[in-house]
Amino acid sequence: MTLALREVWLAFRRAPLLALLSITTIAFSLFSFGLFGLVALNIRSALRSVEDRVEIRAFLVDNARESSVDALIKTMQKQPEVADVGYVSPDSALQRARTELAEFRDVMDGSVLPGSIELRLKDGQRDPATLKRVSDVLASSPLIEDVRYGREWVEKLYRIRTIAGVAGTALGVVFALVAVIIIGATIRVAILAREREIEIMRLVGATNAFVRLPYIIDGTLKGLIGGALAALLAWIANGMISRSLVSTDFFSAAQIGLGIASGAAIGFVGSWLSVGRHLRQTWREA
Amino acid sequence: MARILRFAHVSKQYPRNGSALRDVSFELEQGEFLFLAGHSGAGKSTLLKLVSMAERPTEGDVRVAGFSSTTLRGGELPRLRRQLGIIFQDYRLLPDRSVEANVAFALEVTGASRATIGPKVARLLTQVGLASKGTTMPHELSGGEQQRVAIARALVNDPSVLLADEPTGNLDDRATRGVFQLLRDINASGTAVIMATHDVSLIEWSGLRFLELDKGALVFDGTDATRLVADLRGRT
Repeated sequence: MTLALREVWLAFRRAPLLALLSITTIAFSLFSFGLFGLVALNIRSALRSVEDRVEIRAFLVDNARESSVDALIKTMQKQPEVADVGYVSPDSALQRARTELAEFRDVMDGSVLPGSIELRLKDGQRDPATLKRVSDVLASSPLIEDVRYGREWVEKLYRIRTIAGVAGTALGVVFALVAVIIIGATIRVAILAREREIEIMRLVGATNAFVRLPYIIDGTLKGLIGGALAALLAWIANGMISRSLVSTDFFSAAQIGLGIASGAAIGFVGSWLSVGRHLRQTWREA
Repeated sequence: MARILRFAHVSKQYPRNGSALRDVSFELEQGEFLFLAGHSGAGKSTLLKLVSMAERPTEGDVRVAGFSSTTLRGGELPRLRRQLGIIFQDYRLLPDRSVEANVAFALEVTGASRATIGPKVARLLTQVGLASKGTTMPHELSGGEQQRVAIARALVNDPSVLLADEPTGNLDDRATRGVFQLLRDINASGTAVIMATHDVSLIEWSGLRFLELDKGALVFDGTDATRLVADLRGRT
């Protein structure tokens, strides 16, 4: 391990510009990945805030008895998908309508609006299928005249969410692959610069694992530093966008940690693949 | 004496360049000295690569220091390589490290302890006549001296066989004799040496066993250099 660390240090001292170029390249490739991550994060958080407003509203028949409505509310509260259920009396509905639709205040009287049950689902349960299932349970009650939850709107929202999820995953994989390829290429340049050392290591009987170690450490360190730099650049970019364009969310501390660790992991994989390829190619020439 | 190397009906073909060795068989005893002779492209370097298992034969079997090309697994190659010392015409030293560091590097990568590296490097540099040049950089040395450093490095694992691919190809006559004498001294201590060379006069002068290769075929195995002289000098 000491020799491996010394070799990494020697390689840096011998060609500091090459090392800095590698780190910068890795940082910018991970920064692009980070920017994409930020966009995905903000799209997700925007969709979630819209999704939070999804609720089911069930309008009661005119002559619904209070005890029967209470029983129905209790039944609905027991549904595993349901977060909370509330009763809105005709008076409360009228009050709310007068507040929200102030311009029609004068035409509304006490007989206009029916009482209703408002129902919100738990996080992760607001998909169209669950909404329909819960709505059907409500609609099957003789106390309910009509159930509404904006079916078309919810289905559209979920289509957007699915497309965003698939596109996000695909783009994320592509960005990660590009980062691995770039890091692998920079490590390969470092390997070519130290071909003679590798040749000698192999001639005198160093194992492949021993030959690999300095390059793996080198790649992982570069990925780690590149990842930290990319996080810093993303933080600066996010700050600039938040100040001058639109307020955006930034990664949590855990996500930043994960991003830097991913940089190290990509550096590890890139160098492992690159040095492995070199060893396979040069073994015959040793 | 024990046999250290055996080629049994070895052929080597390259997909693009065709046949490099054809049905070559010979044996080498421990502590023996063997020249490989033949013009360029005759198969000398291929034969050395087959000994170090950098290449595997297309047909036949190479057995060296107890390892067989037929059964050797990739993971065993480092163990085989530690039984061999290898030197080249172009020395292949690390240009940015001192003579000492070049030799020490080879010891470090084979896992030698710090306590043993210093004394062993000193002993090897003394053996090759470079005790006073430990801190010198390779480019400050003559060709002969650089080859001596390469030989010291090749000896770090106390190899059973030393493979020398045209080690005197870049040297003048005086340096050639010096390096050859060093190889003979190493050989005298029990290490088998296989030396590929174009230097017919050196083979003739030494009177040692040589293999003559021609277009990949072994055409002579013995000590009588008369034919070789006629063959090779006639072609050049």
